[in-house]
Amino acid sequence: MSSLTLGGAINAGLARAMQDDDHVLLMGEDIGKLGGVFRVTDGLQQRFGAQRVIDTPLAEAGIVGTAVGLALRGYRPVVEIQFDGFVYPAFDQIVCQVAKLHYRSNGRIRMPLVIRIPWAGGVGAAEHHSESPEAYFVHTAGLRVVAASTPQDAYVMLRQAVASDDPVIFFEPKRLYHSKGEVDLDADLADAPPLHLARVAREGTDATIVTYGAQVRTALDAALAAEDEGLSLEVVDLRSLSPVDLNTVAASVRKTGRVVVTHEAAREAGVGAELVASITEQCFEYLEAPPVRVTGHDIPYPPSKLEKHHVPDLDRILFAVDRVLERDAGAATRQGAVTATRDGGVR
Amino acid sequence: MTYTQTQGSSTGEDPDQRDVLRVLEPDGSRVPDAILDPWIADLSPHELRALHRDMVLTRRLDAEGVALQRQGELALWAPCRGQEAVQVGTAHALAPGDFVFPSYREHGVLLARGATPEGYVLAWRGEEHSAYDHRSINAAPPQIIIGAQSLHATGWAMGAQRDGSRDVAVAYYGDGATSQGDVNEALVFASSFRAPVVFVCSNNQWAISEPVTVQTKYPIAGRAPGFGIPSLRVDGNDALACVAAMRWAIERARRGDGPSFIEAVTYRMGPHTTSDDPTRYRDAAEVEAWARRDPIARLEAYLCAEGVLDDSGLDEVSRAADALAADVRAACIGAATRDPATLFDHVYAEPHAALDRQRAEYVQYLAGFDQEGPR
Repeated sequence: MSSLTLGGAINAGLARAMQDDDHVLLMGEDIGKLGGVFRVTDGLQQRFGAQRVIDTPLAEAGIVGTAVGLALRGYRPVVEIQFDGFVYPAFDQIVCQVAKLHYRSNGRIRMPLVIRIPWAGGVGAAEHHSESPEAYFVHTAGLRVVAASTPQDAYVMLRQAVASDDPVIFFEPKRLYHSKGEVDLDADLADAPPLHLARVAREGTDATIVTYGAQVRTALDAALAAEDEGLSLEVVDLRSLSPVDLNTVAASVRKTGRVVVTHEAAREAGVGAELVASITEQCFEYLEAPPVRVTGHDIPYPPSKLEKHHVPDLDRILFAVDRVLERDAGAATRQGAVTATRDGGVR
Repeated sequence: MTYTQTQGSSTGEDPDQRDVLRVLEPDGSRVPDAILDPWIADLSPHELRALHRDMVLTRRLDAEGVALQRQGELALWAPCRGQEAVQVGTAHALAPGDFVFPSYREHGVLLARGATPEGYVLAWRGEEHSAYDHRSINAAPPQIIIGAQSLHATGWAMGAQRDGSRDVAVAYYGDGATSQGDVNEALVFASSFRAPVVFVCSNNQWAISEPVTVQTKYPIAGRAPGFGIPSLRVDGNDALACVAAMRWAIERARRGDGPSFIEAVTYRMGPHTTSDDPTRYRDAAEVEAWARRDPIARLEAYLCAEGVLDDSGLDEVSRAADALAADVRAACIGAATRDPATLFDHVYAEPHAALDRQRAEYVQYLAGFDQEGPR
């Protein structure tokens, strides 16, 4: 086992994928000499050469569109979109071409692309650098959409994404890039959980928190804080947003009967809406209370000084937990408990 | 060799097309051109007849497509009449290993690449999104998103470059596409990476109802040098000029000299598609003027004058064209619509349990009708 940051684990995963398959190429802006603005591709151009680690012109549609052509020629391009908010110029190529070519060619054309996107907020970034655009891609048939929240998952899921013959949108939670964890670099992909499966990040019995990406960390912090009050919260890390592993989610909800779904993206028609609808369809008779969503507001991402009011934090998650536990009276107590816990350095 | 603008603008309003390179005048007389001539000096009578034959076949195929649409057998057709020289001429300069990325109007390119009868029509009938096997003719599925394929061609060429092969990619698009970001980004990528790709812009003067002057106030071929890409502006109704320009571009790519750009100045004689009514936006006089520059009549006049073609040769080609049309008609009318359960096929290459469930639910729903009879 090696101790790696989440960003370092992705770097290791990319290196391993390139080492295993000569047809794996990296493309993106500043990914070569600089190693990417987050240094996720650090050292890879030096190791694999400029023909395989390609500094591209500053044109996202161009990056994805040429990756489509490279895939047609038999390559497996892994492209980096520098920031979440820069993916929109490539939206047409992703939605109309990448997602559909397998379908429109009756399976004759495969699009084994990985589109890596440093993703979401909470890092004090400038405008357009903190977006959560996942719902657009989840809504698009033909794409797989995943988000890792631990270095181990980041390492394995990146390699699985590269190995997949389907296009994969690979969201990388920016605010976890520097979080550390143990990674088994010799992990055999055959032994790893498949890319589409969710993970129970923490077991509990009183309520379920379903989330993904950096919010997994916040949810785990909330569960830890709730523990002090004798509450046992289960946290499900979706890992895959498309397809969603409803079996794991439903099993948890059937066990606890109460569910909070949280994500940073806006609420309306978001991943949480789909989850709550599916949970309601599949677990209606098990639910003790209406599911509650804790999400970013339905606003454009705010200036960074205000982002703490947008990105759901531990307090907002626990407030929602109170609601699904129908503990209105306890909310005030909670307020104090949470503050104390925070002062105690939970985060 | 790069395009240089001569004598004012030629964005469609110059009837003489003074800066357009050609070797065949509209009446079929051969004129010298120092740039183009060396590239076609070795064209054999056999190659010339094949060029003519594919152009005639393309026109017949196109007419059949229009007829099938009018008879309700096709949902839509995008006529290519008038553009046979650029489509067939450029495609005849390719090797089998080269890969073309056509727009939806490039019927002549598909024909020259050897598509099957159903390959031309089943997408327009609504049976398939792409009716031909791209591997069998090295042609990407027809592109409907304007200009998107220019990037695919460039990426494919970057792959060919990395493979150390001499294969060349060709992006086909129209004058309207030149306004798209994708097309301009493709020129940037191709130039920066010296990719072996040829951009063929069929400037047919119209993007549905918008004249080319809405897309550009400057000749399209004149843009490419600004990207560092040499270009030629040729008479797109002169098949020999199209072959010559394409051979020039292909040779540059194979030599490792990178991308080239060809603007073929031509005319869309028909509507944008069978749903369009061009009388609402263009004058009959303009169409008549372009009819006098017909690419097939021009080549035929030249080949007959040269003794390469005679009446019996023309008859043979005409019979082959009718046979193709009959095959296309049969492939179209005989096409069976797929089982609805196949709706869910190939959305993903790898297993997808949720979609499998949707399929099962829908199949079960449909089966209910079989048991109960129609409602």
